[in-house]
Amino acid sequence: MTIHFVLLISRQGKVRLTKWYSPYTQKERTKVIRELSGVILSRGPKLCNFVEWRGLKVIYKRYASLYFCMCIDADDNELETLEIIHHFVEILDRYFGNVCELDLIFNFHKAYYILDEVLIAGELQESSKKSVARVIAAQDTLIENAKEQAGSLSNMIAQATK
Amino acid sequence: MGSQVGWGTSKEFTDIVKAIGEAKSKAEEERIVTAEIETLKKKIAEPDVPRKKMKEYIIRLVYVEMLGHDASFGYIHAVKMTHDDNLLLKKTGYLAVTLFLNEDHDLIILIVNTIQKDLRSDNYLVCCAALTAVCKLINEETIPAVLPQVVDLLQHPKELVKKKAVMALHRFYQRAPHTVSHLLPKFEKSVCDADPSVTSAALCALFDLITADPRPYKNMTGAFVNILKQVAERRLPKPYDYHGTPAPFIQIKLLKILALLGAGDKPMSDNMYNVLGDVIKKNDTHTNIGHAILYEAICTITSIYPHPKLLETAAEITSRFLKDNNHNLKYMGIDALGRVIKINPEFAEEHQLAVIDCLEDPDDTLKRKTLDLLYKMTRSSNVEVIVDRMIGYMRTINDSHNKTEIASRIIELAERFAPSNQWFIQTMNQVFELAGDLVPTKVAHDLMRLIAEGAGEEDEDADSQLRSSAVESYLQVLAEPKLPSILLQVICWVLGEYGIADGTYSAFDIIAKLCDVIEAHPADDAVKGYAVTAITKICAFEISAGKRVQLLPEYRAVVDELAASHSTDLQQRAYELMTFLDLPADVVATVMPMDASCEDIEIDKSLSFLSEIVETALANGARPYAPEHERMDLGGLGTLIPSTQNGPSSSLKFEAYERPVIPTPVLTPVQPTPLINEFEDQRDRRSLRTPHPSHSISIAPELDLINPESTRLRLDGVQRKWGRQTYSTQSSTTSADRDRSSNGAAGASDRGGSYAKDSGASQYESSRSTDRRKPVEISSEKQKLAASLFGGPSGSRVANTGNAVKPSRTAAHKSQVPRGGEKHQSSRSVPGSGRIADSDTSVPSSAPVPQAPPPDLLDLTDGETGHAAPLNDPFKLLEGLVDPQVGSSSATSAPPVKADVDLMSLYGPGQVISSGDGGSQPSGLTDMSGLPVSPLIGLTGVVVPNTQPGGPSVGKKGPSPQGSLQKDATARQAGVTPTVVNPDLFKDLLG
Repeated sequence: MTIHFVLLISRQGKVRLTKWYSPYTQKERTKVIRELSGVILSRGPKLCNFVEWRGLKVIYKRYASLYFCMCIDADDNELETLEIIHHFVEILDRYFGNVCELDLIFNFHKAYYILDEVLIAGELQESSKKSVARVIAAQDTLIENAKEQAGSLSNMIAQATK
Repeated sequence: MGSQVGWGTSKEFTDIVKAIGEAKSKAEEERIVTAEIETLKKKIAEPDVPRKKMKEYIIRLVYVEMLGHDASFGYIHAVKMTHDDNLLLKKTGYLAVTLFLNEDHDLIILIVNTIQKDLRSDNYLVCCAALTAVCKLINEETIPAVLPQVVDLLQHPKELVKKKAVMALHRFYQRAPHTVSHLLPKFEKSVCDADPSVTSAALCALFDLITADPRPYKNMTGAFVNILKQVAERRLPKPYDYHGTPAPFIQIKLLKILALLGAGDKPMSDNMYNVLGDVIKKNDTHTNIGHAILYEAICTITSIYPHPKLLETAAEITSRFLKDNNHNLKYMGIDALGRVIKINPEFAEEHQLAVIDCLEDPDDTLKRKTLDLLYKMTRSSNVEVIVDRMIGYMRTINDSHNKTEIASRIIELAERFAPSNQWFIQTMNQVFELAGDLVPTKVAHDLMRLIAEGAGEEDEDADSQLRSSAVESYLQVLAEPKLPSILLQVICWVLGEYGIADGTYSAFDIIAKLCDVIEAHPADDAVKGYAVTAITKICAFEISAGKRVQLLPEYRAVVDELAASHSTDLQQRAYELMTFLDLPADVVATVMPMDASCEDIEIDKSLSFLSEIVETALANGARPYAPEHERMDLGGLGTLIPSTQNGPSSSLKFEAYERPVIPTPVLTPVQPTPLINEFEDQRDRRSLRTPHPSHSISIAPELDLINPESTRLRLDGVQRKWGRQTYSTQSSTTSADRDRSSNGAAGASDRGGSYAKDSGASQYESSRSTDRRKPVEISSEKQKLAASLFGGPSGSRVANTGNAVKPSRTAAHKSQVPRGGEKHQSSRSVPGSGRIADSDTSVPSSAPVPQAPPPDLLDLTDGETGHAAPLNDPFKLLEGLVDPQVGSSSATSAPPVKADVDLMSLYGPGQVISSGDGGSQPSGLTDMSGLPVSPLIGLTGVVVPNTQPGGPSVGKKGPSPQGSLQKDATARQAGVTPTVVNPDLFKDLLG
């Protein structure tokens, strides 16, 4: 099972997040996005969540105004991929607390960090939501600490130079 | 709560993101991003950017890049940021580089050192960040640099790190298996790790390993079964549950592995049956993930050694999927159905209505999937309905990728199962119309061959009827405004060959149509070439029938224009046509006999008709022709012989050149200047065509004799700068000659429709075919469609399934007559004979012999027998033309043949200067004989002799093309036709 890329596209066809696990040039990427958003956004709600595309399959799922798409090999399990998408969304949801498109727009780098904990090199690496949450939390604490340190340091400097 | 503004980002950036978010049009977005890039370029280049600020810039770069713009100007800053000690900055750096760089980027080398250091860090978060980067960035060259550290991390106390280390190793294996081949046992160890995430990572790796070769892992089957059992029994920690299902992703992975291990292996499969049953029982929920596992279980059950009870369960689940309203499940159900009926074909019938529902569903994905399924179950009994459906679908799509795929499938099905030639031609026409130039040229040639050969039976009437109907339909098709080039080529060929054959149309009509084609496609040389040759043929037929042919001025103008074309091919064709118009009828009839495209070409490979010329030349003092090996001994003019591709070695030569000798009657040494030598030699070649004594014999010639095919650079045709080969001109002359001669012959075979098509088994029966169309026409009724798709079900089965399926008329009289293996390209009658110069020596052509329907449609041996006596094989004979050994024998020994005085006189002595080398001279002659056809081949690149699928002839030449054909056929059978796996498959569907 290999995921070739992950795409998050808004209903208007705007790119919200892209992650490429197989090599694509910038030109190909643009083409892929254009092609796929054309196909996926025009599909009706009751149709299946799969699109066969260039000998691969793209699995997509819509959450509110955002489409999550993953591209997999022709012989991979579509339903499983659908659940991987959902798994990722649940983790995002847990992290951001009722995640919405804006969260991802402004914190796309955080979404990247989370995605990196869920998928590595196109494979699902962690199926436990808890442990992903733990890692991300650990990183955040570290950052908070760093901020505090920086804050206290600047305070100290400020006081010293007073 | 969702924080609307991310940490560490400035207002400036937030504003830009907002602006992009609110942009009304793509152009507006472009404009904002371009402005942002300019700002970033400026800011990032400023000296002493604070690190925190830089981090923001890099995140902004990521954003820009994500939106599809180039941010490469900032890559180096991202690389620098990975060197930072601050974890936050480091992580940002790593994130950016993994998003920016591919594994082969030049900057990677700057990161390797940092990664090495970070992998040894005490902070597990640093390790994790580095490992994530490793997975993305490390390439084959840099694997050794980080491998030891990664292996060390397999022992890391944190399972998070362990897991990532396993995945990194897996990645290394995918990139370059040999670098980690000694570490593979580590995966087996990691599978038994206490932490499920490590297990799961190791399973990913093992899955890849087992896919590559399951044998070494057979002994682990027990372990996998055990793990699956434990997972299914909820022995894993709670957090791994997903929607109430225990560790579903691990279960799916294990099921995939078991499918590989148990495939065709009964003892292994025996171990699995229990656990598979358990998995299914425990997952019989109605969640999506449960369905995912059930689907995977079906896949496993259908790939391991069959177990009746489990198959029943799998079938049950499949029908549940198919009946579900959810399209996703329907889709999975169609896929599962394809798997189940491979084992148990009866199962299809129960679900025919569901399948037809899916086929008519508005959902494109579902439709395609269903067509895939139908493609797998196509037999001769339902091919018409299925192909009809596929063509209908092809009409609706624009995507060229899809179109190519569907077109190739239709062609494959049509070739394998076509009930009649009529149908086949119609189908092919539709495919050409819809898919146009996406269709491989070979298909067009097969079609022409089919029309030329007809049913391959004695029934000449049927054949000519077929041709008339082809002409008829093509004249209609021509009325359409836009036709793909390839279809036009077929049309032109058919019109030229059979346009006036049945007398319905006058030569005038056809020529007018063909001229229209030429005028309508000024840019398409291939079509023009086909068209003008077709006109030539029509004129020739008229002339040989004793009529006087005069082209109308407007048509004459068209031909004149072509004669002045930039394309030499078109020129030649046009001139040929004009020559024909002035020739007497008997000559024309000899050169261009009517309806002779299936005749074999008789080639006088001894070139005996040249003997006279040769003798004259010898009498005048020319040297006798020396065969290749003799010339080699003389010092290697190896490139004279085109068949030895590599020629003698062109290594550096350190001795001085010997003085060259000129083989004119009196041998006079020439000036030793190499350049002059070349010219001299060229002149010699042209006028005398005798082997040239070599300049030097200093380099051991046996080297080349022994090892002519050694892996050297191929230098023929390239001017030799050093060494013995100073005669670039030689090779070019000879290769030109060879081209010409092969063109002539290949042209002739093109005339014959290129490939003999073995259509022995199929019968043409017009009444039958019209009859057969009926079910298709009324197929709007689903059940009728079902009947025609799923074969003529017996009455009892209809009762069983409760579907009121009427016995289809199609299946009833459709004997299961597969088309005798076109696939293996047995060209039994090699086309185009009887046109070559030696008309009086030509033996009666081996006309297509009727052939009993071969029992197996891909049976190679059947198609081969009884055809193409090797003697008549033009390719073999063609070899004679280029093979100097044969040529030499002709030049010296063969008796003169006085054939074709007319022809010879046409091209006569003016061209044939004194010659000692039979091998190169007859090119003019062959061109002549191939004249009606002319070397279109050179233009289209289609009919190159060695790509000709002349079965027997190919068999003679290559090392074992026969074998490869056979392999191809086997692959086809294995890959496409499930019949081989289970010969009884579909037997009930055949009715």
